[in-house]
Amino acid sequence: MALKTFHGGVHPPEFKKLTETLIFEVMPAPQEIYIPLNQHLGKEAIASVKKGDSVSIGSILAEADGFISAPIHSPVCGTVTSISKQTTPTGFPQQTIVIKTNEQLENLFMSPLNPKTITPEEIIERVKNAGIVGQGGAAFPTYIKLTPPKDKQIEFVILNGCECEPYLTRDYRFMIERPEAVIEGLTLFLKAMGVVKGYIGIEDNKPEAIKIITRAAENENNIEVFSLKTKYPQGAEKMLVKAITGREVPPGKLPLEVGTVIQNIGTAVAVYDAVVKGEPAVTAALTVTGKGVKNPKNLLVPVGTPIKDVLDYCGGINGDAVKLIVGGPMMGVAQFDLMAPILKATSGILVLTREEVSRGEETACLKCGQCIDVCPLNLMPTKLVRYTQLGRFEDAGLFGITVCMECGTCAYTCPANIPLVQWLRLGKQRVKQIQRQQAGLQN
Amino acid sequence: MTVTITEAGNTNKLELTTSPHLHNQWTTKKVMWMVVAALAPSLLAAVLFFGIYQLLIITTAVVFAVGTEYAIQTVRKQKLSVVDGSAALTGLLLALTLPPNFSLSSTAIGSIVAIGLGKQIFGGLGYNIFNPALVGRAFLQAAFPVAITTWSTNKFAVDSVTSATPLAAFKFDRITAGLSEMFLGSTGGSLGETSALAILIGGIFLIAVGIVNWRIPFSMIIGMIVFGAIFNFIDPVKYPAPLFHLFAGGFLFAAFFMATDWVTSPVTNKGMWIFGFGISFVLIVIRLFGGLPEGVMYSILFMNAFVPIINRVTIPKIFGSVKGAAA
Ligand code: SF4
Ligand code: SF4
Repeated sequence: MALKTFHGGVHPPEFKKLTETLIFEVMPAPQEIYIPLNQHLGKEAIASVKKGDSVSIGSILAEADGFISAPIHSPVCGTVTSISKQTTPTGFPQQTIVIKTNEQLENLFMSPLNPKTITPEEIIERVKNAGIVGQGGAAFPTYIKLTPPKDKQIEFVILNGCECEPYLTRDYRFMIERPEAVIEGLTLFLKAMGVVKGYIGIEDNKPEAIKIITRAAENENNIEVFSLKTKYPQGAEKMLVKAITGREVPPGKLPLEVGTVIQNIGTAVAVYDAVVKGEPAVTAALTVTGKGVKNPKNLLVPVGTPIKDVLDYCGGINGDAVKLIVGGPMMGVAQFDLMAPILKATSGILVLTREEVSRGEETACLKCGQCIDVCPLNLMPTKLVRYTQLGRFEDAGLFGITVCMECGTCAYTCPANIPLVQWLRLGKQRVKQIQRQQAGLQN
Repeated sequence: MTVTITEAGNTNKLELTTSPHLHNQWTTKKVMWMVVAALAPSLLAAVLFFGIYQLLIITTAVVFAVGTEYAIQTVRKQKLSVVDGSAALTGLLLALTLPPNFSLSSTAIGSIVAIGLGKQIFGGLGYNIFNPALVGRAFLQAAFPVAITTWSTNKFAVDSVTSATPLAAFKFDRITAGLSEMFLGSTGGSLGETSALAILIGGIFLIAVGIVNWRIPFSMIIGMIVFGAIFNFIDPVKYPAPLFHLFAGGFLFAAFFMATDWVTSPVTNKGMWIFGFGISFVLIVIRLFGGLPEGVMYSILFMNAFVPIINRVTIPKIFGSVKGAAA
């Protein structure tokens, strides 16, 4: 049988060998941590502590503000030393709570709940209060995904175990080390949403994870594990839904449009811990890797730990490192300030050398069509970029530039080495701006 | 843009370019030189069948193509792109479409026209509409109609039948050459076009490394077999068998090396099918009803002109949308 997958995509080298066999290590809290008030998609949380307050692990630092927002808890014991603008890995400074840590390890976790007897309402409430956000990249508050609009019939919850970004092995380690938490987490999602069918999609370059997860799900009749073809971006939501259910999410829509909700492996584990241990989202699981870091590791780090401390913990960086990235190498963000903190949804820190990031000289577009062939969303990157360069934003919009998910597949492939994603991003911003203006005029 | 950081005693300059941070390591230059490499078997076949003099034709074509590009870019004060190999490739392609023992001065003119009129006038690599090598070749055909159809004898030709080009022999004398001679290349014809074997080695290599999109040669070949079979069925005496069409003239060479030129072929997969079938259709009309025995060059140039339209009508449907992109 042909393996389930989607059209297009590429096969970048995986580089997962660097860390895939390394067990998660718990990194001790650094002397100072930095907690930005906005670590999620949506509205910034409102600080509920002030300078001088002492806090324990699990104390509430900030409350959710409105519907799309998430509360933030303290990952350490210590004293709030300031609430001020600090750098973040997104590149934009944010209001940040700075805490000086002390040696104590007192925790104020919530009361544990029994996953067998818990009600759907209790699950949603717990996920909300624990401040859990999606671990797949966008950091969307998870409880919102558990409460879809009433008019949307949800048929499947899919756990995303693809981890299609090269280098990263965080989700892989979760599947290997905590298979029960993964399965229980998915069961909690299903229960919370009243959905019967749960799927787990794993790329076939992770046979060990497929084996272990399949075994863990053995007694769960409503959970099915899928081995998917290894191809970037198999883990993109639309591609995953397509591969497993055969359904196509329409442009500009979410998977719930086709009756599906996607959750990340890391999110399932976080939800499990929030329910069973009462632990709020205070720990980030991430892979620190790349040929530019001395000792690559899979780590459990207190949220808010500066990148610098994480790198020091991993033995520091090599002299030939030329790029520091938060996230994966295909979609992650290059960093310029080592004091930027780890966020709830940070999945990796990459320190890459020249050899790993080298790219050729840019030339004019050769009209080879390869960007079109590989674009998983069937866009025409060469055309969209041309329109953007010419300032023809209306045409760029017409040809679907706003649909682009910036996955980087096209730019990875382009033999002319054109920074396609950079242009696409610019074009998208302008087109959206223009669309907003037009919408404003019509009102 | 870079930023300097100091971390654990090391000072590193960090780059801040945007994602993706990985690339498949292909470059324009690498592509061009790979195509040149894929032409090596045809080049060898040319020397083997027609003699060492052919190397002079090839060298002349390449030198003048590169020289013309260099001269034009210097005069226009543009960035020199000679190292990208595209001009050398154009020269090589042109040379391989010329008849054996062709005059060197005419070869040089062909190269100058190919680069000057075929490429640089449009703004250089990536902006030309017509395949530059074919523009040069078409110019030579018009300027030196006799010389360019004067075929020297293939050293391995078994008789007079195979010393003329198979197409001309058929067109004017209704003689079909043996398929095995046409496959190996021991017939009359242009330098790089006679040996199907050499062409296939290079062509399959280019498909394997992902430079040539198989849809173009494949649709051309299928088109040729289908159209050829239809005519052959109508009148087997007047029209040759489909396989003859495949191995005759510059068809295979064009299918793998000319029609597949990235810049002048469609960018969509669907468009490539239309383009390939279109070339075969135009070609069969020229071969069977036109005044020329060979016409693959014109059929490609003809279809080159339609590429923008083909691209426009084959815009892929955006993932998940019901209608086309522009709807
Ligand atoms: S970045 Fe956008 S245009 Fe490029 S492949 Fe991904 S979705 Fe397609
Ligand atoms: S991959 Fe690059 S060179 Fe090829 S068509 Fe797309 S933008 Fe142009």
